[in-house]
Amino acid sequence: MRTRVAHIASNTFREAVRDRVLYNLIAFALLLSGAAILVGQISIEIEKLVVINLGLTAVSLFGVVIAIFIGIGLVSKEIEKRTLYTVLSRPVRRWEFIVGKFFGLAGTLVVNTFFMAIGVFAALFYVSHKFVRADALILVALYFIVLEFLIVCSLALLFSSFSSPLLSAVFAFSLFVIGSFAEDLRNFAGMAHGLSHWLATGAAYLVPNFSAFNVITSIAHEQPVAGQLILQNTLYAVFYAAMALSGAVLIFEHRDLK
Amino acid sequence: MPAIEILGLEKIYSVGFWRKRPKRALHPLELTVEDGEIFGFLGPNGAGKTTTLKLLMGLVFPTAGSARILGREWTDPSVKAQIGFLPEQPYFYDYLTAHELLEYYGQLSGVPGKHRKQRVEQVLQQVGLRGVQGVQLRKFSKGMLQRVGIGQAILHQPKLVFFDEPMSGLDPMGRREVRDLMEQLKHEGKTVFFSTHILSDAETLCDRVAIIHQGELRGVGAVEDLTSSVQGKVEVIWQGTQVPASIKALGAECHVTADRVRAIVAENQQDAVIDILRRERQRLIAITPVRTSLEAYFVEKLRRAETTAGSTV
Ligand SMILES: Nc1ncnc2c1ncn2[C@@H]1O[C@H](COP(=O)(O)OP(=O)(O)OP(=O)(O)O)[C@@H](O)[C@H]1O
Ligand SMILES: [Mg+2]
Repeated sequence: MRTRVAHIASNTFREAVRDRVLYNLIAFALLLSGAAILVGQISIEIEKLVVINLGLTAVSLFGVVIAIFIGIGLVSKEIEKRTLYTVLSRPVRRWEFIVGKFFGLAGTLVVNTFFMAIGVFAALFYVSHKFVRADALILVALYFIVLEFLIVCSLALLFSSFSSPLLSAVFAFSLFVIGSFAEDLRNFAGMAHGLSHWLATGAAYLVPNFSAFNVITSIAHEQPVAGQLILQNTLYAVFYAAMALSGAVLIFEHRDLK
Repeated sequence: MPAIEILGLEKIYSVGFWRKRPKRALHPLELTVEDGEIFGFLGPNGAGKTTTLKLLMGLVFPTAGSARILGREWTDPSVKAQIGFLPEQPYFYDYLTAHELLEYYGQLSGVPGKHRKQRVEQVLQQVGLRGVQGVQLRKFSKGMLQRVGIGQAILHQPKLVFFDEPMSGLDPMGRREVRDLMEQLKHEGKTVFFSTHILSDAETLCDRVAIIHQGELRGVGAVEDLTSSVQGKVEVIWQGTQVPASIKALGAECHVTADRVRAIVAENQQDAVIDILRRERQRLIAITPVRTSLEAYFVEKLRRAETTAGSTV
């Protein structure tokens, strides 16, 4: 069973590579080197700040776009093209397929993030000619970004298990945007009254709380990240992704293939 | 132990976007396929052949009923390791090569690693795909994909294979090879269940066939039994250019060519025709029984279905 999940995951990764998903790294590298060269010419004080901010934000956005664009097709495309017939007529359970797809996509994103991280560090070195201890904080920010990807992947898969790619993309992007403002939504819920209070509270806890994962600005200012936040975010991401995946499995288990 | 026992499988789809309407694809189906036979599942377009196969593969869920495959409940995951399935118009991961695809499917079916490479080569040979090393499946022709489809169905040496229109898209050589392959599988003691509307294939290959129409089973049996149940006819040929009126009166179906007349009459009218020819001093050339083909049986079954359907509306 574990090996089947692993085979499905590695095939998903292979598909992403052959579909030239990793080519996004070229765009990323161009963007980053352009920015590094540009800020290198303006000010010595803020250049590091800009590179970290811009670099990590780009890592996060590129990854989310990839997660959504691959994720929304993972199940629905296989149903549409009927490639699933010859997979599910083998000793593969439907949940194994979903979980394998998830790990394949997550793996793709981890590899992609790894290369982008190298780019960020290279750009940093280019502008400041040395690394300092505080730069290790970038790794924490990157870890949070990867956790964020896990949530986005699981949500994209969830939507992909019951709706068309286009609708799934709309849902996933909306959730990503709302989730990025989850903190504001919670504040609003605290202030509202009556029905809107309950609606806002419900929504605030249902959408993924991405605000807590965004430490880019604070680490750019070399403020440390609390160990408790790391633990909390890890648990949250694992729990959230597991729930979304379970939802995807529950839906997919009972679905007639076209 | 039968290879397949279908116990009242039934499928009603719901169609429509806003207002769901039920659409019956399969009436409760009862069918048994014995171990080691080649079984043909025949029916016109839209009869419910593919639906039945998809139900058996667990790709769609039945409205009612169940099935047993190789003596086990059909949903039992362990059954899947021992069956192979060729879907109709198969489509595969087009970014893989045929070798990679079969390798991957071998992994999923639990073909042990050390045999896998060798087995993949062997299967590609068997389905007549040579020189496709390094070619992605997106560059394969329809018939080549069909061959890959047959290959993946037999890859893990299943005891029972399900083919949905195995001949479709194949050239004459390909059809021949697939027929041989099915006979080879039978020879190895495997059971083959395949759907088709090419009746001549079914006639030459199958131990037994079932005919399905509008989601309902219309007949099951050995090909000879089914065809002999259609009333026998004989073909009478004599020298001449005219058909005597008394023969026409018997309702004979006559064709005149050059200096010969060919008449097809019911078996029990054979003597009457011979008497007439003798009286008319015609020179008899041959009398041969017309072997009713499976096609005749098939057409008759469907026609009868149509008239009964017409009368009940
Ligand atoms: N997903 C679906 N939703 C609704 N109706 C369906 C669906 N799939 C099949 N049907 C209907 O079920 C009936 C049987 O279809 P099926 O594909 O089983 O026929 P078939 O015997 O395989 O035909 P063919 O020889 O053309 O392949 C058809 O009337 C078809 O319209
Ligand atoms: Mg069909």
